[in-house]
Amino acid sequence: MKAEIICSGFGGQGVLTIGKFLAQAAMKEGKNVSWLPSYGPEMRGGTANVSVVISDEEIASPLVSKPNILVALNQPSLDKFGPETQKGGVILVNTDMTPNKLPREDVDIVNAPMSSIAIECGSTKVLNMVSIGLVIGKTKIVKFETIEQDLKEFLELKNPQLLSANMEALKRGMDFFKE
Amino acid sequence: MQVIAQRPKSLMKIPFTYCPGCLHGIAHRLIAEAMDELDICDKTMGVAPVGCSVFAYKFFDCDMAEAAHGRAPAVATGMRRARPDMCVFTYQGDGDLAAIGTAEIVHSANRGENITVFFVNNAIYGMTGGQMAPTTLPSMKTSTSPYGRDVNDIGYPIKASELLATLEAPYYIERVSLLSPQEIIKAKKSVLNALKYNKENRGFTFVEFISTCPTNWGIEPVKSREWARENMLKFFEIGCFRDRSKDHEGGEK
Amino acid sequence: MAQKVLMKGNEAVAEAAIRAGCRLYFAYPITPQSELIEYMAKMMPKVNGTFIQAESEVAAINMIYGASGCGRRAMTSSSSPGISLKQEGISYIAGAKLPAVIVNVQRGGPGLGDIQPSQGDYFQATKGGGHGDYRVIVLAPNSVQEFADMAADAFDLADKYRNPVMILADGLLGQMMEPVEFKIAKTDQEIEELNKQHYDWCMRPNVDGEERHHHEINSLELDPNVLEKHVLSLNETYKKIEQNETSHEEYNINEDNEIFCVAFGTASRIVKSAITELKKKGHNVGLIRPRTVWPFPSEAINRAITGKVRKILVFELNLGQMVEDVQLSVNGKVPVDFMGRVGGIVFTPDEVIKKIQESL
Repeated sequence: MKAEIICSGFGGQGVLTIGKFLAQAAMKEGKNVSWLPSYGPEMRGGTANVSVVISDEEIASPLVSKPNILVALNQPSLDKFGPETQKGGVILVNTDMTPNKLPREDVDIVNAPMSSIAIECGSTKVLNMVSIGLVIGKTKIVKFETIEQDLKEFLELKNPQLLSANMEALKRGMDFFKE
Repeated sequence: MQVIAQRPKSLMKIPFTYCPGCLHGIAHRLIAEAMDELDICDKTMGVAPVGCSVFAYKFFDCDMAEAAHGRAPAVATGMRRARPDMCVFTYQGDGDLAAIGTAEIVHSANRGENITVFFVNNAIYGMTGGQMAPTTLPSMKTSTSPYGRDVNDIGYPIKASELLATLEAPYYIERVSLLSPQEIIKAKKSVLNALKYNKENRGFTFVEFISTCPTNWGIEPVKSREWARENMLKFFEIGCFRDRSKDHEGGEK
Repeated sequence: MAQKVLMKGNEAVAEAAIRAGCRLYFAYPITPQSELIEYMAKMMPKVNGTFIQAESEVAAINMIYGASGCGRRAMTSSSSPGISLKQEGISYIAGAKLPAVIVNVQRGGPGLGDIQPSQGDYFQATKGGGHGDYRVIVLAPNSVQEFADMAADAFDLADKYRNPVMILADGLLGQMMEPVEFKIAKTDQEIEELNKQHYDWCMRPNVDGEERHHHEINSLELDPNVLEKHVLSLNETYKKIEQNETSHEEYNINEDNEIFCVAFGTASRIVKSAITELKKKGHNVGLIRPRTVWPFPSEAINRAITGKVRKILVFELNLGQMVEDVQLSVNGKVPVDFMGRVGGIVFTPDEVIKKIQESL
C-alpha cells in the first residue's frame, strides 16, 4: 500500500493541517509517513499545498508529483494537480470554489460542497476537518477513531470550545458517502 | 623594607611589546590592579582584540580568548553566558570597536550583557601602521587620510561613549584620559567601578580611555600627550555618561 | 522504546541537540531554518539554557567561539547566505581547536537566491569555506530521523577532535515532517561531566588546591615555524578523522552492478526511489550515499567498482560539486556522469530514471 496525497488550496484553508492529521494518524497506525509542505511567501494568501506519503514500505522520495489522492480546495489547485493525478486515483473537489470541472474520466472524482458543509457545522475554519472526513470516508486510508483521538488530544490542549464543531465536520465528511 | 610599588599579580611576568611612550601598558596595569584589589583574577576571563593590543591575551594572568577583529563583545557574550559565575571583560581599540565591530558593541550593550568593555581610543590604527580610524579627528592626517580627514567625505569621528549612552541597558559608561598622573588616578577609579559593578552582576559597563600613539602620530611621547589634550579632549569630552548606581540615590545624571 | 513523534526536521534537530547536552544556542533568523531558532527560543529557557537571537550571523558564530572556548556544547544554525557570513568565525574556531556544531539548512543560491532546497554549498562546506588550511567535519542526513541523530553525533565528534562539525541539510529536510524517535536526554550531571572533559584547555576559574592555569583560546601565531607546526598538527587530526569517521550507506550495491549512483542528502532519496522503480523493471542499479561528505567515502566508492561496473552516475541539487570528489576517488577507472538541478528545484524520480536509462 502506498498513498501519495496532495492537499492544495488557498493559504488559510488549512491544507497543511489536513496533511498533518492524515500523516500523524497513519504513523500511529504503524505506517511509514512523510509530510512535505510548500513553504515561503506563497503561503501568505497564495496557494499552499502539502505532499503526504503513507506507505507500508520505507519512503524514499517524499515528493509527490503524481498523486493517487488529491484534495483540491480551490480552482487553481484542481487545475494544477488534477491533470497530474494518477489514472484510477481519487480526486476530492470542493465544488464551492471550483466553477470549472476537471474533464477526466479515468479518475474517481468526488464532488462535495466542502465550504458549505463547514459553514453548516459552524465555521469555515472547520473546512479542513470536512476534507479529512471525506478522505477517510472515501479511501479508508486511516481509521476514523485514530483521527478522532488526535483531534481530541490536540483541541483539548489548545481550544476545547472548538471540539464539537470540528468533530461534527469530521463526521459530516465521513457521512457524505451515506447521504 | 616596605614595598611601595610592584607588578600587579593579575599581570603575567612577561614584558609588554608596546612602543616607547605608548599608554596601553598603563591601561593594562590599571585593569590588573583593579582585578587584584577586587580579588577577581581567578574568576575572570578576558577577550583580546585585533590591533596593537592583540597580544593582551599573553599579558593578563586570567584565562583569555583572542577574538576576530571587532567580534570581542560577541565572544564575551558567549563566554559570559557559558560561565555566568565569572567576570568577563574585553579590551578593544578604536578600529576594532567603532568600525568593524560596531554592530557587536552596540548590541551587547543593548542586551545589557554583564561584561566590561575597555575601549582605548587613540584616533588611529596603530598595528597596521597609522591608517584613519573611526575616531580620527577632523582634518587629522593619517596614511589613509593623507590630506586630512575630510568630514564632508568620510564623516565625523564617532563618539562611542555618547553613542552607547543613548541605550537604556548599559549600567555604567565613562570616558577617562591617561594623559597625566592625576588623570590616570581618576581613570583607575573608573576601572574599579566598572569591574566592581561587573562582579556584582549589575550589567554592561564601559570605560573609554583617551590615549595616544606617538609612533603613528609622529610626535614624541611627552608632546603627544599635549597634542591629545589640545585636540582630542576638545572633541571627546571627559565624563561619566551613565552610572545607574546613582539612580537610586536621586542621581546627578 | 520511546514513542515516535511527527516532527519537522528543523525542530527535530533542535530537540536532539538539547537532549545531547547543548545548553547554548546563538543564531539569526533566516528561511528555511526559522523553525529551528523558534524551537530553541521556546525550549532553551525550559532547560535553563541560553538562547540569544544575535544581531547577525557573524555575532552568533563568535558567541559560539566564546561559549565553546569555555568548554560548553554550543550550536548555531542558519541557511546558505547566513552560513557564508559565519565562515570567518568557523575559520577561527578551527584554528583555535574548538568544538562547535553548525547546522546549514541549504537554500538556492548564489546571492540571495531563493528559499527552496539546494545542495549548492557542498564546496563551501567540504573544502573549508573560510580562509586558511582547515577542515570541517560535514554530516549529510537524508531523513528527519537522521537529521536528529546527527545532532548527537556532531557534538560527540566535535568534542572528540576539538573541531567544528557541520550538519549539511537543506530546505526539504528542514521543512519536512517525518516520524522521529529521540535518544534519552542527557542529565545535568552528565552534561557537567562532558564539560569537565575540556578542563585541561578551556577557559574556566582558577580553583584553590588545583595547579594554577592560564588558558588561551587563540588562533594567532606570528612565528611561521610555530604556525606551520600548528597547521600540521591540525592536519594530523584531519587524517585521523578520515581514517575513523568516514561513513556511508549502500543500497543495492552488488557484484552484478553495471552502473551505480552516488548521491547525498535529499538527492539520495529521490535516486533511491528511481532505483527501486528500475529494480521492478529488472534493472540492477546500486547507490552509494555518503553520510559524511567530509571525510568523503572514497574507499567505499572504489570498492564498489567491481569488474562489471562501466559507469558511475552522480546526482546532486547543484551543478556538479560532489562529482569532483567522486572523480578523484575513481581516478579515471570508469567514466563518471552527472545530473543536477539548481534554483531550488528537486529532480523527480522520473527524471532520474530517464537519466539512468540512457546508460543502461
